[in-house]
Parts: sequence; structure tokens; C-alpha cells
Amino acid sequence: MSPNLKAALLGPLNKNNPILVQVLGICSALAVTTKLESSLVMAISVIIVVALSNVIISLLRKSIPNRIRIIVQLVVAAALVTLVSEILKAYAYDVSKQLSVYVGLIVTNCILMGRLEAFAMGNGPWASFLDGIGNGLGYGWILVTVGFIRELFGSGTLLGYKVIPQSFYDAGYMDNGFMMLAPMALLLVGCIIWIHRSKNPELQEEQ
Amino acid sequence: MLLKINDENMNKEGGGYTLAYASIMVIIVALLLSFTHQSLSEKQTTNVNRDKMQQILRSLKIDAPAHEAVEKYNSLITNAYLIREDGTKIDGSEGVTPEDPAFSTNITEGAEGGLPVYEAEVGGSKKYIIPLSGSGLWGAVWGYLAVNEDGTTIYGSEFGHASETPGLGAEIVEYAFRAQFEGKHLFKNGEFTSIAVVKKGTTDSKRDYVDGISGGTITSKGVNNMLLESVGLYQNFLKNLSTPQ
Repeated sequence: MSPNLKAALLGPLNKNNPILVQVLGICSALAVTTKLESSLVMAISVIIVVALSNVIISLLRKSIPNRIRIIVQLVVAAALVTLVSEILKAYAYDVSKQLSVYVGLIVTNCILMGRLEAFAMGNGPWASFLDGIGNGLGYGWILVTVGFIRELFGSGTLLGYKVIPQSFYDAGYMDNGFMMLAPMALLLVGCIIWIHRSKNPELQEEQ
Repeated sequence: MLLKINDENMNKEGGGYTLAYASIMVIIVALLLSFTHQSLSEKQTTNVNRDKMQQILRSLKIDAPAHEAVEKYNSLITNAYLIREDGTKIDGSEGVTPEDPAFSTNITEGAEGGLPVYEAEVGGSKKYIIPLSGSGLWGAVWGYLAVNEDGTTIYGSEFGHASETPGLGAEIVEYAFRAQFEGKHLFKNGEFTSIAVVKKGTTDSKRDYVDGISGGTITSKGVNNMLLESVGLYQNFLKNLSTPQ
């Protein structure tokens, strides 16, 4: 794979992570991470939508009139998200119930519009596809990490299965209710950014 | 506006091109989405109906997984019909399938269309299931109440919500909250008193009560009001159950 394509795919996983570095997509990172299952489904949905809309916009990029380009991006994004939502409702109803509002919110997810504007409008379809997958995965692993921690410490379960043994509860351990609230997700993302920046000093801002 | 588009130098920024582009794009998207919705809508309706059946079954204390739900529902629900607020049955409204009046009537649209009642046969005795509709803190709250043949004792309950806070208001769906209703009475001394949802630690001398959710006060109040208003619509029907016809 050429160095540019490799950068498009792997960059967002670390040095150009949409949540940690570009600071995009925070809202849904807070909202859906109360459970690991929702985090996984949201991550997969975003990967699919960003990758596919990146490809479509990239294929259309030379024909889109400049003054309606944002509108065209929005229409493509909204149509794709509606398709994902309809398919979930038909084939994975329980999951779609949990995600109901959030699937629609993928359209407002800044990562989507951000990548369409910043990458798909100026690059070929294959590179755009990889960029979409990369950003989706970068967003996804953060979501899964936060969801893992929040569900484990907030409900004592993972993917719905009880993980913390009853003996802990009998000894006085209690589920951390604060973990279930949105501000905790923000704190967790902050901690991840902290660890990430110390491992990547070049990303730290100048004093 | 001069619509001048020729092959050599098609003006991408021209008004005519922009208009044509936007129109064609919108038409294609509209066709695509309506086609998708059309082909998927039957599956979606099946899912929505199955979900409702699972909710009704949960009010009968039966947690049926998706692949068993429809069969279980059909084996337990013996009748379904609409009633008026005065307690009388609306003729011709009987039928247990999702297409029949009871299942397909949405009580959030008001009582004028008739109030659904479901009858079930559980453990040799008849239960009456009535749907509930109310509002919580952030959005809609709903549920189903299964009442014994005497028209006052609660057999089981089921609650659902659209967007209550996870860990707080959302706890109303958990069995810990719902189990409290079992055995409680809707009528005291022949009067409809409903069941109150009170702050944990407080009591109510005039009627039966359950503990609300700590930290979920507004949702708990919403359930309290829903039990009063929604079930209130059925009080004549329920009162008639205890008096021999």
C-alpha cells in the first residue's frame, strides 16, 4: 500500500484520532457508551456510514457545484444514515430500540461532515474509503474503551453478562452510579487524551 | 437565466446546472429511500408487533425471548377488545390478532377510539391487561398492568420509556421496581384509589403504594400520575368485574 493510503487508514487510529486529536464526535461518545453493546453497534454504524459516504462524495466530487457542496454532502450523509436506521429496525430491532435517537444523530456527528469536507472532496474513492474506515475505527476504539469501563463499573456487567461476582457485592461493593451519567464519559475521554498525549509528545500544544 | 449547457465547457457553477444537479440528486435519494422503506416495512411492523407482545407478556410475569414471543402470546391471550369509559364493551371490536382493534389502537391518541383490554388465561385464572400511557422527565412513559379477575388486585406490571435517564428514571423497567406492584389493590372500599408511587421511606394511609426510584423523582411521579389517569379510564370496567353480571 502506498504511504498516503497507509496514512489515511492508520492515521486516525492514533496520531490523527477523530476524538482524541481532531476533537470530533464527542456528543455520541458520551451518549451511547453506557453499555458496551450500544458502543459496538454505534461504532460499526459510524464506520459503515463514514466509509460509504466518503466513497460516494469522492466519486461525485468533480461534478458537485461549489455553492451547494455542503448541502450535497448532507443529503448523501442523511440518506445513508436513514438507510442504516431502516435496516436496523428490520433486522436488529432490539438494538435499534436502544440506539433510536442516536442513529439519526450520526448525521450531526462532526466526524462525518469533517471527513467529507476535508478528505473526500479532494481525494480519490479508494483513499476516501480507507480514510472513512480509519476514522470510523479510530472513533470506534475510543467508544468501545469508554463503554467497557462505564458498563463494567456502572452496572457490573459486560455485554449484559454479570462480570463482577456476587461476593464483591456482599462484601459491600456497589455499582458506581456516576459512571452512568454523561459527565463521567467526558472525564474518561479526558483521561484517555491525557495518556495519549503523554505517549505522543509531539501532539502536545506549546505552552 | 440562460440555460446554456454544451459539452465543451459545461459551466459547473452556472445556475442551471446547479438547479438540475440538486433536483436530480433529490429525486434519486427520494426514490431510494421510499423503495427501501417499502421493502422493509413488513419486517419492521412484525418487529414492532412482536415487541408489543413481549411487553404484554412481561406484565404477566413472562419474559419471552424474541423467537418464542408470538407463539407464547397466542397461547396465553384468549381475547382482546375495546371498551368505552363507562365500562361497556364496544360490539364488533373483539379479536386477538395485531390487525384487530385492541392491538392496533393507540391509547396515546385519546380514549375516543375505544380503550383496549386484553384477556389472558394464566394458571387457570383469567387476567385482564390494560395499557398505560404517560410522560416522564424527558419523554413518554408507558406500560401494561395485569389485573386479577376481582378487578382490583395487581398480578403483574410492565413499564417502558422513551428517554429516561439510565440508572435513574430508566430503572422503572427493572423487575425490582415492577415486582412491588404484585398483590396491591386498585380499589379501596369500592373507591378507585390507584396505586401511589411514593418517595422511599414515606407512606400513604389512604391507598396502596410502592417505592419510587431514588434519584428518579420526576419519572416516579410520572408513573404515579400515569397509574392514576390511564388506569382511571378503566375504573368503571374494573368495578364491573367484581360485581356479578
